Amino acid sequence: MTKKKTAKWVHKDLLGLEYLSREDIELLLDTAESFREILGRKIKKVPALRGKTVVNLFYEPSTRTRVSFEVAAKRLSADVINIAVESSSVRKGETLNDTGKNIEALKADIIVVRHNCSGAATMLARNVNVSVINAGDGWHEHPTQALLDMFTLRKKTGKLEGLNVSIAGDIAHSRVARSNIWGLTKFGAKVTVCAPKILIPPGIERMGVKVTDNIDEALREADAINILRMQFERDDMKAFPSQLEYFKSFGITEERLKKAKKDIIVMHPGPINRGVEISSEVADGGNSVILEQVTNGIAVRMAVLFWVSQVKDKGTSIP
Amino acid sequence: MHLKLLIKNGHVIDPANKIDGVMDILVEGEKISKIGFGLDVKAETVIDAAGKIVVPGIVDMHVHLREPGREDKETIFSGTKAAAKGGVTSVLVMPNTLPSLDSVGVIKTLNDIIKKTANVGVFICGAITIGRAGKELADISALKKEGIIAISDDGGSVDSDELMLKAFKEAKREKVLVICHSEDKSLSGKGLVNRGFTSTRLGLRGISKESEYKRVARDIKLAEEIGASVHIAHVSTGESVEIIRKGKLKGVKVTSETAPHYFTLNEEDLLDYNTSMKVNPPLRTKDDVLAIREGLKDGTIDVIASDHAPHTENEKEIEFEHAEFGSIGLETELAVSVTELIGKGLLTWSELVKKISLNPARILDINKGTLGSGKDADITIVSPDKEWVVNKVGFVSKSKNSAFIGKKLKGVVEYAIYKGKVIYKA
Repeated sequence: MTKKKTAKWVHKDLLGLEYLSREDIELLLDTAESFREILGRKIKKVPALRGKTVVNLFYEPSTRTRVSFEVAAKRLSADVINIAVESSSVRKGETLNDTGKNIEALKADIIVVRHNCSGAATMLARNVNVSVINAGDGWHEHPTQALLDMFTLRKKTGKLEGLNVSIAGDIAHSRVARSNIWGLTKFGAKVTVCAPKILIPPGIERMGVKVTDNIDEALREADAINILRMQFERDDMKAFPSQLEYFKSFGITEERLKKAKKDIIVMHPGPINRGVEISSEVADGGNSVILEQVTNGIAVRMAVLFWVSQVKDKGTSIP
Repeated sequence: MHLKLLIKNGHVIDPANKIDGVMDILVEGEKISKIGFGLDVKAETVIDAAGKIVVPGIVDMHVHLREPGREDKETIFSGTKAAAKGGVTSVLVMPNTLPSLDSVGVIKTLNDIIKKTANVGVFICGAITIGRAGKELADISALKKEGIIAISDDGGSVDSDELMLKAFKEAKREKVLVICHSEDKSLSGKGLVNRGFTSTRLGLRGISKESEYKRVARDIKLAEEIGASVHIAHVSTGESVEIIRKGKLKGVKVTSETAPHYFTLNEEDLLDYNTSMKVNPPLRTKDDVLAIREGLKDGTIDVIASDHAPHTENEKEIEFEHAEFGSIGLETELAVSVTELIGKGLLTWSELVKKISLNPARILDINKGTLGSGKDADITIVSPDKEWVVNKVGFVSKSKNSAFIGKKLKGVVEYAIYKGKVIYKA
């Protein structure tokens, strides 16, 4: 598989890209290349995780990520169990730790967890011996999304170093933004984040990014634009101008793209809100790689499942 | 005839009497009867304190012992046991119990519990407002008659300036101290950690520094208007230190305290979402830690208090967002102070004893904090250089939520003596 690499994977868990080295990420992306190739074959299955059990433990509604993990695990011949838990912050009953320990007692090998609280995956990983993969925790990290974004970018452009990547949308509440920033900056990409001022979290420059509230500026030099979903249903978005207003000031339209680089790569983690953060023309247009991202997501998640399952010593990999 | 207890050859530190040297202390009954060199007295109990430090028992003016109402977290009995182990012989209990300490009835009940179960001196801080709801002033004069020595809505702040002015007036008349948990909730909101790079990095809602220091400024200003004393609790920001410093220079009767975690830990210690370090106010930046240390050194911060805040595992071993705020501290405050302040040359032993014993006793106007003859024999004996590692299973407190678990500390309490009785022995 990745014989040319000497990098060795040592992490029991994948909790965030902040905690990985560039070499770790490279190993995952290179491995994903091989798996991506398998996805093009007639028989899209390898036995790498045969006899292993992957549990998708989702405390937040998610179709895309959950299905992607499920497909990835099945392509690796793992058994997959999906557990969806009613998401409510005041939900009484079994704690996350207890649920995790029960899943462990059922002899699962990997827990893929999605949770609305930042740090939930970290806490779970501290309390169980099986591998934990963070499929998104609150506003904190969504490492496999960022890996698939980086994979897609690398595939399109050949390298991440020196690439100008802009991320636009609700940066403050975005785990996708944070994971992308940690990952991309480790490769020397130049990251700009763009959002209305109230959606820029404090101190984000210290993550090594440029900040702007002008979308045209964010587009001007960009080799790629990653457009985040605007969550107008959020409680604290009530003070925010209307969706239409947002579209006028920040929406990615063909008009705006005309002033950007001709071959700018348009990305979106989905699900997209047409006419809110992105116009239909752009979403379906020639610069968009949105559907490719979905396919690449499977390959990246296969790589992650593969490598964490290789770690024999299940000591914690918390920083 | 009182039983005699003789403490021999210890290094006695009693800043109130400018004592700092090897001496003997004779205790008769509940009181200290003599301090001097080579006391040649026959005593029922003799403690050889050679190589050890002997100080007035610690007065911790900020603890939550949860009784009545949350006896699953802590009780007067368990909390004062923990205190004894930490060398603490007097505590001031905060009023955020269930119900709050806002009525004569509940204070009577509490006094009864204290009488029956307390292992160290327990003093009571009543609520400022009924139910600590910030709407209606408690009957402070009636509470005073039941023995409260301070008032606070700790855990929250009284938002209304008008009500707070009334509270200061009342407190001045009744000669009780007003202790302010200075937090503007309209600014801190649902925040979880210090607002800034760390809150962004962790993806957690931030608590701005303004939410503390703006309220500190207000509280000092209102106290000044009335000419009342005000004590600012658990100072966490550099800005607050500066505001208090200026208040003191101006002659306002303001005193202040900080807790060991605020001069030791900073927001970056939270990067693995350790809920034992989720405290309110939150751990701040490294610069704030330096400013707090400076405040301790120059006297702006008069007192170190633990803000002992016990919580059950069910309330702490959960998602960071849902976990309760607070860390226990009674059993670690002395060692953390010895390690971080004396060990790093910031304070001398004598200066530390002022912060943990003498100053809080003076601020609360209680007959503690010194070893003079005729005083209550509340004495703590410490091995100053002995090292230990904070371990969850070692805690006497009912709760184990310590921000210092795993830390290597210097300073072991060998004996705690309360009113002449050995209540703890290592």
